[in-house]
Amino acid sequence: MSTDVNVKLDALPGLDPKALPLQVKNLQVEFRTRNGIAHAVNGVSFDVRAGETRAILGESGCGKSVTAQAIMGILDSPPGFVTGGEILYRGVDLLKLPESERRKVRANRIAMIFQDALSALNPVFTVGFQLGELFRKHRGMSRQDAKARSVELLDLVKIPAAKQRVNDYPHQFSGGMRQRVMIAMALALDPEVLIADEPTTALDVTVQAQIMALLAELQRERNMALVLITHDMGVVADVADRISVMYAGRVIEEAGVHEIYASPAHPYTKGLLESIPRLDLKGQELSAIKGLPPALTNIPPGCAFNPRCRYAQDVCKQDPAPALFQVSPSRTAACHFWKEVKGDE
Amino acid sequence: MSDVVLETRDLVKHFPLTQGIVFKKQIGAVRAVDGVNLELRRGETLGIVGESGCGKSTLARMLVGLETPTSGDLFVQGKNMSKVGAEERRRGRRNIQLVMQDPYTSLNPRMTVGDIIGEPFEVHPDVVPKGSRRRKVQELLELVGLNPDHINRYPHQFSGGQRQRIGIARALALNPEIILCDEPVSALDVSIQAQVINLLEKLQNELGLSYVFIAHDLSVVRHIADRVAVMYLGKIVEIGTEDEIYESPTHPYTQALLSAVPVPDPKLRGQRDQIVLVGDVPSPANPPSGCRFRTRCWKAQDICAEQEPLLQIRDKSGHPSACHFAEVRDVVHATE
Repeated sequence: MSTDVNVKLDALPGLDPKALPLQVKNLQVEFRTRNGIAHAVNGVSFDVRAGETRAILGESGCGKSVTAQAIMGILDSPPGFVTGGEILYRGVDLLKLPESERRKVRANRIAMIFQDALSALNPVFTVGFQLGELFRKHRGMSRQDAKARSVELLDLVKIPAAKQRVNDYPHQFSGGMRQRVMIAMALALDPEVLIADEPTTALDVTVQAQIMALLAELQRERNMALVLITHDMGVVADVADRISVMYAGRVIEEAGVHEIYASPAHPYTKGLLESIPRLDLKGQELSAIKGLPPALTNIPPGCAFNPRCRYAQDVCKQDPAPALFQVSPSRTAACHFWKEVKGDE
Repeated sequence: MSDVVLETRDLVKHFPLTQGIVFKKQIGAVRAVDGVNLELRRGETLGIVGESGCGKSTLARMLVGLETPTSGDLFVQGKNMSKVGAEERRRGRRNIQLVMQDPYTSLNPRMTVGDIIGEPFEVHPDVVPKGSRRRKVQELLELVGLNPDHINRYPHQFSGGQRQRIGIARALALNPEIILCDEPVSALDVSIQAQVINLLEKLQNELGLSYVFIAHDLSVVRHIADRVAVMYLGKIVEIGTEDEIYESPTHPYTQALLSAVPVPDPKLRGQRDQIVLVGDVPSPANPPSGCRFRTRCWKAQDICAEQEPLLQIRDKSGHPSACHFAEVRDVVHATE
């Protein structure tokens, strides 16, 4: 890869090559809407190491995609504002960088795959043009060189007949192939961190298996840090190393994948796992979590999950919300009663 | 058999592809559903699984009469719906109702919930006398777990799960015997999904309903279905009881589909016998000759291109499978 841009990036003040590729500390994001302020992200912290897969698990509206957008710096603003916290790339706080510097980090160091490839790609340009744009803008390559690199990239993500397909428009690709183009685009500049926001939600299971296998392979080859945002607990169990479970804009549990599936320490995580249809429960009622997630403009005081929680006591209904308790050296849970939740299996 | 409430024989739906504006001519057809034979018995749940584009939604639309079959017969309670008169067809349709996929677009935003659920009574006025319709609608709301006082609210005032409940109440309005659920929970979050599935099972027990349950989520289908049919490119490739399909699938497509489903248990990571299929589903406008799955199948031989495998019982497994080389393969390992 060309090194000129990397040299410029190394000049980022405070860059520490030994620091973690991505570390989010106490991130706060709010949306100022006509109906009041929606607190989409209320103090989210997580980190990811090179080669590691960090899953961010949560249902719609829990703030997982907003977190990703804030990291990438593509939050719609207004109405969205980052009101606090730090996003550290190798020790450099991205939130303090001027936009011109941030642009260099984006795609170069931290790249993102979006959920719906059809709407994320521009319908009026060929796939080759859109891929090549990255090389032209970020690497200053000529059109011809950029196109040659685009073909290589399509080959990398195993699109058959890449040489011809580079001139096709997004609508000429199937859903799975379009997602491959998205992956190619994200990997174009060899990023260290890849954020995948529901990369397979719109795909069929057989295609999902193909895409996840491809992602895993590319991650292994490049020792990339992967942040996988999803609501699919099957996918998480398959690929994640560590999991952050989000609810109403907060991380409510953080643990290694084996620990969380074996003994969840937060009632919400436990409820989620129990609501998956399982073989041994055939013919029985599924244990559903009662009620609905709260509106982000009106998060209940105390623990946001308390109205739906079967463990809730008076202490849960009072501010402040439970902090993250240290369940074991490597895991935390934001529940006053984590011992009971974890113990009663 | 008298307890077969719904039956299809060689049901076919082709959508014509035309060329030209003034002199239109047909240049082909999208063979969305291509000869489907199904039976639904009283009180049972028949699951239909398959990937997008396999024709499961077109099949559902034909079953409820939203789409006219190109050929083939549909029997609702023993009556051939393509042979009876318009009036009888209309009455027959009352017995089979649809719950749609997307609770955000299948409810008219400008109608109140009461009007939405009560609208079937406009079409079939003899079900409930005019004076007691409002009460009936409130009963229905209560039945699906909504507050009967919310009868005058609009769909946007409800959450996704609640809207799906409204869709279910509407489907129940005419006291049908058969409910067709076309991806009823795929638009919902996991925690809400379980609530709706529980509701559907409760209603089935209370009202003795028969369900056709169409979904792409195989674990949900496994939970709710008694029998399962697997569709690929407009045809059923394998059909059997839930146990037969999940425990001893014989068609390669079923095996690939089942093995592709991620299991929510990290302990099984890397231990599953995962079959990653190559390529995409071919276009239904131009399906492969012979077996339609042969282009993606690892077992394909010459015979697969020449001769179309029939859906029939092939080996000891005892359930029909449309593959020349059907054999049992254990793909889903039960958690210990």
